[in-house]
Amino acid sequence: MIDKKILDEHTLTFKEYELIVKLIGKEPNITELGIFSLMWSEHCSYKSSKIHLKKLPISGKNVIQGPGENAGIIDIGEGQAAVFKIESHNHPSFIEPYQGAATGVGGILRDIFTMGARPVAVLDSLRFGPLDKPQNKAIMDGVVSGIAGYGNSIGVPTVGGEVYFSDCYSFNPLVNVFCIGLVEKDKIFYAKAEGIGNPVLYVGSKTGRDGIHGATMASAEFGDDLEQKRPNVQVGDPFKEKLLLEACLEVMQQDFIVGIQDMGAAGLTCSTTEMASNSGAGIEIDLDLVPQREEGMTPYEIMLSESQERMLIVARKDRVEEVRQIFAKWDLDAVIIGQVTDSNRLIVRAGGDIVVDIPVDPVVNLCPVYERPSARPTYSRTRAQIDPVPLTENYNLTLERLLASPTIADKEWVFRQYDHMVQVNTTLLPGADAAVLRIKNKKKALAVALDGNPLYTFLDPLIGGKIAVAEACRNLACVGARPVGVTNCLNFGNPEKPEIMWQFQKVIEGISEACRVFDIPVTGGNVSFYNDTEGESVYPTPVLGVVGLLPDIDKTVSTGFKKNGDALILLGETREELGASEYLKHLHKLEKGSPPQIDLEVEKRVHDLCIEAIADGLLQSAHDVSEGGLAVCLAECTFLSQTKIGFRVNLDDSIRIDALLFGESQSRICVTVDDKDRERFLLLAKERQVPATVIGTTEGDRIIIDHRGEEVINIPVAKALRAWKTAIPSQFASK
Amino acid sequence: MKFGVVIFPGSNCDYDTFFVLRDVLGQDTEFLWHKEHDLRGVDCIVLPGGFSYGDYLRSGAIARFSPLMQEVQSFAQKGGIVLGICNGFQVLLELGLLPGAMLRNKNLKFLCQYVHIRVENNQTPFSHQAKRGDVLKIPIAHFDGNYFAEEGTIAEIKTNDQIVFRYVEADGRVSEDANVNGSMESIAGLMNKEGNVLGMMPHPERASEAILGSEDGRVIFESIIAHARQS
Repeated sequence: MIDKKILDEHTLTFKEYELIVKLIGKEPNITELGIFSLMWSEHCSYKSSKIHLKKLPISGKNVIQGPGENAGIIDIGEGQAAVFKIESHNHPSFIEPYQGAATGVGGILRDIFTMGARPVAVLDSLRFGPLDKPQNKAIMDGVVSGIAGYGNSIGVPTVGGEVYFSDCYSFNPLVNVFCIGLVEKDKIFYAKAEGIGNPVLYVGSKTGRDGIHGATMASAEFGDDLEQKRPNVQVGDPFKEKLLLEACLEVMQQDFIVGIQDMGAAGLTCSTTEMASNSGAGIEIDLDLVPQREEGMTPYEIMLSESQERMLIVARKDRVEEVRQIFAKWDLDAVIIGQVTDSNRLIVRAGGDIVVDIPVDPVVNLCPVYERPSARPTYSRTRAQIDPVPLTENYNLTLERLLASPTIADKEWVFRQYDHMVQVNTTLLPGADAAVLRIKNKKKALAVALDGNPLYTFLDPLIGGKIAVAEACRNLACVGARPVGVTNCLNFGNPEKPEIMWQFQKVIEGISEACRVFDIPVTGGNVSFYNDTEGESVYPTPVLGVVGLLPDIDKTVSTGFKKNGDALILLGETREELGASEYLKHLHKLEKGSPPQIDLEVEKRVHDLCIEAIADGLLQSAHDVSEGGLAVCLAECTFLSQTKIGFRVNLDDSIRIDALLFGESQSRICVTVDDKDRERFLLLAKERQVPATVIGTTEGDRIIIDHRGEEVINIPVAKALRAWKTAIPSQFASK
Repeated sequence: MKFGVVIFPGSNCDYDTFFVLRDVLGQDTEFLWHKEHDLRGVDCIVLPGGFSYGDYLRSGAIARFSPLMQEVQSFAQKGGIVLGICNGFQVLLELGLLPGAMLRNKNLKFLCQYVHIRVENNQTPFSHQAKRGDVLKIPIAHFDGNYFAEEGTIAEIKTNDQIVFRYVEADGRVSEDANVNGSMESIAGLMNKEGNVLGMMPHPERASEAILGSEDGRVIFESIIAHARQS
């Protein structure tokens, strides 16, 4: 009988072990057990989430590839397709921030180019604990350096993303990395192992002992054995990956290979079994042929290693030499380590013996799927209640404090470390609502937004899920782009806790409903469970990466005010909603209340109007209202304008002033129009049934907000700008 | 005239530079692979930006041993026009075609941002279409852009008018703030004594199209093109 200790080390339950024995018809040896341990881990098998993920809408007329492959693919016309996905690298980034984040970038890049697409941009969504704790500062510094180090070196621009701070991330930082690439529709490659006798080639870096059990580490909570987990973190070499990328893309221009899969989580184990399973075939390999950089590696270590920058290729038998030559040109190992069979089994030899002999199907497809119990937690009722808070005395000070709060403050310290211009496609610089990437020699352009508010989601996961989608689409609308597809990264706590499963289910429901209203298919994504340390979970954090298409690159607008004298118009309505706001959190120390309500139909009308107005050339600027509310939104428009133009607005609403200034009511966008276009725009808004109120004008060097003629905010732009700009750099300034 | 853009393992801005030369400026352009010895009859060689050989050892240190570099060296010695951008500048320093060295940026972080550079010398194949004192808005993206040379070398560089571009404020003034990487003499672009080899840290290929934010970089390529026409 198997030792419970061994099972625990492999994060398999006894029931799962019994099932394995039944499926493969024998007791697995240690290497075979290791294989199941990885492939049946939460990270690889999605066993706790599969049942719920099925509810996401995945079909659409432009979907070339939905969930299930390395990345999702959307047809964008003119023979091209966009390949994109988001992945998490949370647990490694806590253990070893630089390498954890760097290899996160490396992994998602491989997911894109393994399908034949040249990666054109990376975006990241980062969540850290508060910066007044040195540990969180160190993690943030390491993570940003790691993303920069890898992305810059390999020549893919990191063009945007978000950075968000909350207590719950202190021991569980979240690092979600999104990547998008472009491919010719007829040159897409899949993870296939077809053609009996076709050679299986190993290409890229040599295999070492790094990252062993990386996948299982990502499938468990952190306890007090943190330091020992360091060898679980993979180490990246972006130069090698650059060579790998160029060599693979060169090979893919021809008809030399049948299938290709990157070796990411679960390395050789995952690539061999998945490729075989996808094609109903079998694979035989000999580990003696695998290039190794350590001595004396056991079959267990070689099969489980997560050494980076490696790919597995099934080549056409008659074109192997040409494939090898291309890899040799780029100074990369390309070694035949085995072949495709029709046995439907994975057979691995080492030292002349057979060390693994198992059917492929159980490994890839027959991991039990769990419908774990879910139950609405009491906090969800109690935290929704909130007593009215006193109005603050000084709104100038309140605005400054919000502008200086790290989640809202300027992120230039972060994105200045990223090469965001390489590949000469970046049309809108980081800091804007969405990243805009022109496509060379084409009129249309790509736009990408990453969004997800964890506090909303914690307080009401159904609304949080809806708003995550809505906000990302709103950001796309602000640059004039229509959403065409979405990938999601779902970061949650321990799924064995009913309240976490309840959060998960509700979020999926919210995302599904919003995707249906906006008519965008989910093309894939990632689930990261077990983001807890010693029982404390992170807020449920859905990060939505929405890809949009801009029909004409010459017709886009940026966030900042353009000139004095433009009319400032607010689209949408402000309600008296303070729940779950940054204002409540920072000024009143409350993370309570219900998140703002969301009417998806109204939201869609606002987006459509914005997109139409931009296409008609009516708008000078557009910026969505989100964290910090209207006052923060307007201040950001000032900060992002070339000459830092101020504004003067008058608000008439009869709700609490703090809700008016800082509440986070949804479906609102602030636009500016040239005075001559004002009437035409207001008429268009009326026709499209979108509330549009002229609230003021862009002018001068002060930020002035009146309420019914009474001044409530009046600050020099320079003062507010300083608060916003220095907040984060001052945390990292050397003593 | 024909341009040649060199590709080392790890070059990243090769395609960008090629695109600007061929598609934006309509020039005859070829790629030159580092392992070859054939310069394909080009009139101007461009060493693009990137992380050749991963920047392992020192930026540009390994690239300079490539077979193609022997040819680039002779080409330069015979008076051929050579432009090194960012990592390309670092390679030229390692090759000895330009004096000095690059150190880590003064703030010890990678910097990607727009800077302003002033034309100090417009009597060069690379800048004669601009006027002395012109301020160009061109982006940088580097970790090791802090130019350093010994006192004697700096004196010689200044005597020979080898400084082609300096980092400045938007209004053209030299300042410590504008010199974001800490380069000696705020040097952003440097020429050899003979005037046929230029190294610059900012990326003119990233400032050659209005849609990306600035077209100020074009004048450098246009100067090279005009110079070739005159010769």
